[in-house]
Amino acid sequence: MQALSVRGLVKTYQNGAQALKGIDLEVEQGDFFALLGPNGAGKTTLIGILTSLVNKTSGEVRVFGHDLDRELETAKSCIGVVPQELNLNGFESLETIVVNQAGFYGIPRAIARERAEIYLGKLGLWDRRTKMSRMLSGGMKRRLMIARALMHEPRLLILDEPTAGVDIEIRRSMWEFLRELNERGTTIILTTHYLEEAEALCRSIAIIDGGRIIARDQMGGLLRSLQTETFVLNLRHALPAAPVVDGYPIKLIDKSTLEVELTKEQNLNEVFARLSAAGIQVLSMRNKVNRLEEVFMRLTDKSAHAVGGAAP
Amino acid sequence: MSAFDPQKHVARARWIGFTTILRREFGRIVRIWGQTLVPSAVTATLYFVIFGSLIGRRVGQMGGFDYMQYIAPGLIMMSVITNAYGNVVSSFFGAKFQRFLEEVTVSPMPNWLVVLGFASGGILRGLLVGAIVTVVSLFFTHLEVHHILIIIAAVFLTATVFALGGFINAVFARNFDQVNWIPTFVLTPLTYFGGVFYSISLLPELAQKISFANPILHMVSAFRYGFLGTSDVDVRVAFAIMIGSAILLFVIAVGLMNRGTGMRE
Repeated sequence: MQALSVRGLVKTYQNGAQALKGIDLEVEQGDFFALLGPNGAGKTTLIGILTSLVNKTSGEVRVFGHDLDRELETAKSCIGVVPQELNLNGFESLETIVVNQAGFYGIPRAIARERAEIYLGKLGLWDRRTKMSRMLSGGMKRRLMIARALMHEPRLLILDEPTAGVDIEIRRSMWEFLRELNERGTTIILTTHYLEEAEALCRSIAIIDGGRIIARDQMGGLLRSLQTETFVLNLRHALPAAPVVDGYPIKLIDKSTLEVELTKEQNLNEVFARLSAAGIQVLSMRNKVNRLEEVFMRLTDKSAHAVGGAAP
Repeated sequence: MSAFDPQKHVARARWIGFTTILRREFGRIVRIWGQTLVPSAVTATLYFVIFGSLIGRRVGQMGGFDYMQYIAPGLIMMSVITNAYGNVVSSFFGAKFQRFLEEVTVSPMPNWLVVLGFASGGILRGLLVGAIVTVVSLFFTHLEVHHILIIIAAVFLTATVFALGGFINAVFARNFDQVNWIPTFVLTPLTYFGGVFYSISLLPELAQKISFANPILHMVSAFRYGFLGTSDVDVRVAFAIMIGSAILLFVIAVGLMNRGTGMRE
């Protein structure tokens, strides 16, 4: 079953800006789905429409088969959302915020209190439950918004930049929590600017740019589409110039750092063997950029060129 | 995980949603009691001291009653109007401004219930403050009850009308200035010219006719009728205006929510 089905979704704002230009998208139940795109690509508008915070101009949205136009209340009850912007009542305690949120979804107060302990506990906030939300750090506020979104135990959880501004340790613990949630059956749609986050968590991916979906694939399939990959090699001894290795374009970045680009057919062993034969010792190596970042940059660059080319 | 299916328990889920909004509104009223409950009591005390005790003695009787007795229902109604309106306009606009209104708008609660929830918060504050001002007035005058049901119905309907008015104001408001415009430039003049302090029989004929177009005159007069058994207007017309206004404003408020006016583009 599809958790989300979007057909021909168009959004034109009152100022004439067309944020979405006919989006078609499907997300399978149980998937961990990355929705990526540069700033202004239309991600937040799309999420806004899915969560009824933005009016669509045309198109159809179904959540677990429930049409947003005809079965709005049922569709909404299936969705939990963690928005990009902080939207907490600063004068309410953490417990009040999450218990009230459950109330808006019709969850009886006794059950809501039990769930508050579970979700605030899982996100490391139970000890602070009586504090006003304005007293929390940025990372804690983000975690509180996740706990709040889970109070009605949604089948589809939409996270719009949930780890923005969160330190690496908390980010990793949030990843673990989200993985566990997904393993227990919750479909998750994630937007993030940390592409390593999307690569680490998500099984499927769509890239949106200029209001259109420009790529939609399994994460593995998209990464395999990379034709070349660039590696950075740190050398033991400084070199006066880049070594010439037939078939392998090598650049000297500084005296003891090389950059080598490999196609899918080439392998690193060959590079190391040839460098070693030339008396060059490699101390360490890393990918120049995250692989998903490379795909992302190429696709969005191409998309930008296509738009630029089409412009008069 | 299993989603809570509101289809199975629609009425119960909606009741829980409604009481959650009302509980939150009550919590806000109590939390900032110095802004919500006390000012009207202080203002009413000043009115009673200045207009009632000091100036009132020279006024003598109004509409056949002691002046203090005459203005007490008007002052109670004035506080109900101001507080019912002020509660919803500031609470709803605050939630919109700080974006935590989204907690409600992403939920499956239908828009009519959201309007009802916020309006009920305003009605609650209006009635609470009305009760406080009533107690204050008892220190200055004796209040007789002529028709208790008319008193209850008039105060409840008036609070409803102005709570819904406050809701519509908050929907359109884009900043805090616009939250204050209507109370300052519309509500206050209409209230002062709405027979709170005088009987319109004192006015010239033309001014009396103009006063009849002021809905607050009808509300205050109906409420005063419940206490004194006398009114400047036909009480049946007054109730028709209150009920009609409440229905009209509710329909407008729900329509604005459905369109997402001032909230979503």
